[in-house]
Amino acid sequence: MAVQGEIVDKAAAMVAGPIASVDWLVIAPVVLPIIGGAVLLLIRHSIRWHAVLALVVLVVMVGANGLLLQRVLATGPVSMTMGSWLPPFGISFTADVLGAAFSLTASLVAFVCCAYSLRDIDATGRRYGFYPFLMLMMAGVSGAFLTGDMFNLYVWFEVFLISSFGLLILGSDKAQIDGATKYAILNLVGTTLFLIATGYLYGTFGTLNMADLATRAGQIGTAAPLMTLATLYLLAFGMKAAAFPLNFWLPASYHTPPVITGALFGGLLTKVGIYALLRTLVMIFAAERLVLAGLIGWVAVATMLIGALGALAQSDIRRIAGFLVISGVGIMLAGIALGSNGGLSGAIFYALHSMLALSALYLLGGLMRQRGGSFSLHSLSGLYGASPFLAALAFIISLAVAGLPPGSGLWPKVMLVRASLDSGAWQIAAAILVSGFLATVALGRVLILAFWREAPGDKASSDKTAAAGPMSAPGCSALVVLVAAMLAMGVLPEPFIRLSTAAASGLLDASAYIQAVFPAGSGS
Amino acid sequence: MEAVFAILVGLFFAAGIYLMLSRHIIRILLGVVLFGNAVNLLIFTNGRIIREVPPIIAEGLDVPAGAVVNPLPQALILTAIVISFCFFCFLLVLAYRAYQEIGTDDTDSMRVAEPVDDGLPPMGY
Repeated sequence: MAVQGEIVDKAAAMVAGPIASVDWLVIAPVVLPIIGGAVLLLIRHSIRWHAVLALVVLVVMVGANGLLLQRVLATGPVSMTMGSWLPPFGISFTADVLGAAFSLTASLVAFVCCAYSLRDIDATGRRYGFYPFLMLMMAGVSGAFLTGDMFNLYVWFEVFLISSFGLLILGSDKAQIDGATKYAILNLVGTTLFLIATGYLYGTFGTLNMADLATRAGQIGTAAPLMTLATLYLLAFGMKAAAFPLNFWLPASYHTPPVITGALFGGLLTKVGIYALLRTLVMIFAAERLVLAGLIGWVAVATMLIGALGALAQSDIRRIAGFLVISGVGIMLAGIALGSNGGLSGAIFYALHSMLALSALYLLGGLMRQRGGSFSLHSLSGLYGASPFLAALAFIISLAVAGLPPGSGLWPKVMLVRASLDSGAWQIAAAILVSGFLATVALGRVLILAFWREAPGDKASSDKTAAAGPMSAPGCSALVVLVAAMLAMGVLPEPFIRLSTAAASGLLDASAYIQAVFPAGSGS
Repeated sequence: MEAVFAILVGLFFAAGIYLMLSRHIIRILLGVVLFGNAVNLLIFTNGRIIREVPPIIAEGLDVPAGAVVNPLPQALILTAIVISFCFFCFLLVLAYRAYQEIGTDDTDSMRVAEPVDDGLPPMGY
């Protein structure tokens, strides 16, 4: 903001030269799905093209995200400010290792889910716009991961939220309407809290650029209500992430839509909340996070245990998955509570793992439904005999979600337990281990009842429920891709640990991020 | 002037939260509207409240000559109003649809997605 009476050099406010074409990579993951969604809306009557076009866009998105991550790893954070303005006057998009890694994993999960949906979403679902909604949701999610501006982050939250409403009620089942009502109202309250915090933030700092905020938060002095801001952000993003006392919208809604929507939501949406918490509490309000650390720690413990206990009490596999999503949110919150490099890299690694693993768990539920005719543990049985292939996938997914080797959940938990013992937070270490044990029991029960239990003898195999049938080939191959990625993460964790450590260091020491937005190092 | 607005915003928040604590969806929605407008007013107040001075920079100057209202918060509100209005419309339709499907707008009896008598998973083979 220009100070009164100073002479302002206009050249300092605008970009003079043309923008290098490689810089466009920063916004490509957002622009691609928006264009894709718009085109899909234009051709909304030609539904046979929808899935193909969505798949193509998502493949290009994965490629763009991959290139972006490679560039960020090689040269540090990249930034681009809209409308040729210089920051902080324009809206900046800034990709660092954290944002690029999350964005890449999210687009990969979306691609896999889209492949799964080829058989799962029927003509009615396509006509009502499943694929345009999917595209716009991905635009919102990528935008949230890559933006460098707080208000813009709010806008992307709203973009993926409204698209998720569309996906959630697609089909207009009674249970869907019920779940969507709770999901929509509570999430709207959550984003409104986010907007309140952002209003105060602008009033306090006079800037919304994250790099600018990170620079100024340390210099603004004790008179500014930074503690209030940090607490409001914790409340708002805690609600979006489904942390314990604010989590009730998630188990009410995630099991109601088609399983593919559950997979997308369970994999991606809560992680956006976690990402926003990392960005605000760790990078911008570092000193305030230290004060809140005790509170966040106990919230994390409660979230982990409530999630795992909830999973134990369910008999519908989608509801088990919903509660395991919550348990995973607790584990990531634990890393934010610890705040050390080890804890944060554990949380980031866990977030990458859980995007894959929880989507895989929902998709597994879908395939079990296709093969066994039900989601309920009361009626599923004999799946091992029916499909050993599905049983093997289910076994690996269960290991990964519960955090047992060789699944991908082991290493982030090891990092987090070590980090919490290093900082003397025994209750966090204990909660991670206990919730892992409870998740093992819950998923072990799925394996025993649905796969190992013999199909009831009195009703011979001819008496399968009408819904049971062969599994869809795209569904199986989608799940195989996810399981392969999870196994790679579990067996060769080194590159992922390096990646998460780099992302955590980039948050703890934001100088490279700030340098990318303000190359002169001048702030504003 | 700011003090009056601050009190108004506080009243909006109080009324909005009170309504949102109700069990009936329609009251919750009215609460959501008040809550959203409270935020809009809050951001509006953030940008300084002065009458009849447009934020226009005179020719030959680089900054405004006197104190003017910061136009950025108003731009932010414009975005927020559009978004919250869309959401409200969507929620109204959704609530009406829920009333049609489930036959109630009392949140205590909206238990289709999470049935009360769900029971425990099988305890053994």
